[in-house]
Amino acid sequence: MSWNLNSDRPIYSQIIEHIQMDIISGVYEPGTKLPSVREFASTASVNPNTMQKALSELERTGLIYSQRTSGRFITEDITMINDLKNSLAAEQINEFFKHMEQLGFKKEETIALLEQRIKEGK
Amino acid sequence: MNTLVECKDLTKMYGTKTALDHINLTLEKGRIIGLLGPNGSGKTTLIKIINGLLTPNSGTLTVSGMTPGVGTKKIVSYLPERTYLNEWMKVNDIIEFFKTFYEDFNPTKAYSMLGKLGINPTDKLKTMSKGTKEKVQLILVMSRKADLYILDEPIAGVDPAARDYILNTIISNYDEEATILLSTHLISDIENILDEVVFIQNGHIRLTSSVEDLREKQGKSIDSIFREVFKC
Repeated sequence: MSWNLNSDRPIYSQIIEHIQMDIISGVYEPGTKLPSVREFASTASVNPNTMQKALSELERTGLIYSQRTSGRFITEDITMINDLKNSLAAEQINEFFKHMEQLGFKKEETIALLEQRIKEGK
Repeated sequence: MNTLVECKDLTKMYGTKTALDHINLTLEKGRIIGLLGPNGSGKTTLIKIINGLLTPNSGTLTVSGMTPGVGTKKIVSYLPERTYLNEWMKVNDIIEFFKTFYEDFNPTKAYSMLGKLGINPTDKLKTMSKGTKEKVQLILVMSRKADLYILDEPIAGVDPAARDYILNTIISNYDEEATILLSTHLISDIENILDEVVFIQNGHIRLTSSVEDLREKQGKSIDSIFREVFKC
């Protein structure tokens, strides 16, 4: 039930990341209705105003949209969801290369290690 | 006008000891505010003045423009540090008591929360553990439809699982127009539900800020900031 939010960073940006993940991984399918701010705040154990702020930000990016009377929905724009997926993937990869670099591996060496790893069937 | 509580130059002395020293503070509507400070910093004194249980030596404090009194008690729901309920009373007796006392008290809400926490309404307070008594009191306080909820150490004696439930109850029951002022030492447990914090020390306001701003600027949790600011 808990969202494992880390109090060291602004909560609203973590909420955004969490909801983005849920959209990408299909917890919320395109076009589905989201819980109300209040329900969402309660499941995440966060302040409703913070939740509101996060949802507004997601709305601004177009990933969710609101219909005046019936609530908030996930976008039906699959391209947009895929774009988000790709940009998060790129972030992960950059992060990974950065860590490998800190361990002293150049990009090519890292790739070689990856290939070897895949061959071993891991 | 979004101001709910306003203190101007508020001073409270206990004999020669200054508990609050010329405090200026404004609390707005629709916020969850943490009143945080070390022991003996003046938290409870401030809370008692808001509730009309103490009168300031100088300066003013108003709630919705009124000096604390009968008018403000109608709109302030207060959970004191210590219980004032009679030990021999059963929970359902107390609910009746609250119903006749406060126009804005909603018994249905109270019974539903009691049910969720597995508290039997026909039990007497006397037979309950400290934690269960605290839960009962918090349920009573949150079952009013007030403009201002003041919770003085609401979760101290409650186990972590019930704490989560209580925090969720606070989030899901409070009206968007209402303000909650919460004093506690269990900062890490509650900081995610706060809008703002007020740090108080030796009767002075050290800091007031939005919690998200603080996290953004300092890259730390409110709990760590508290530990730094009030390092012994």
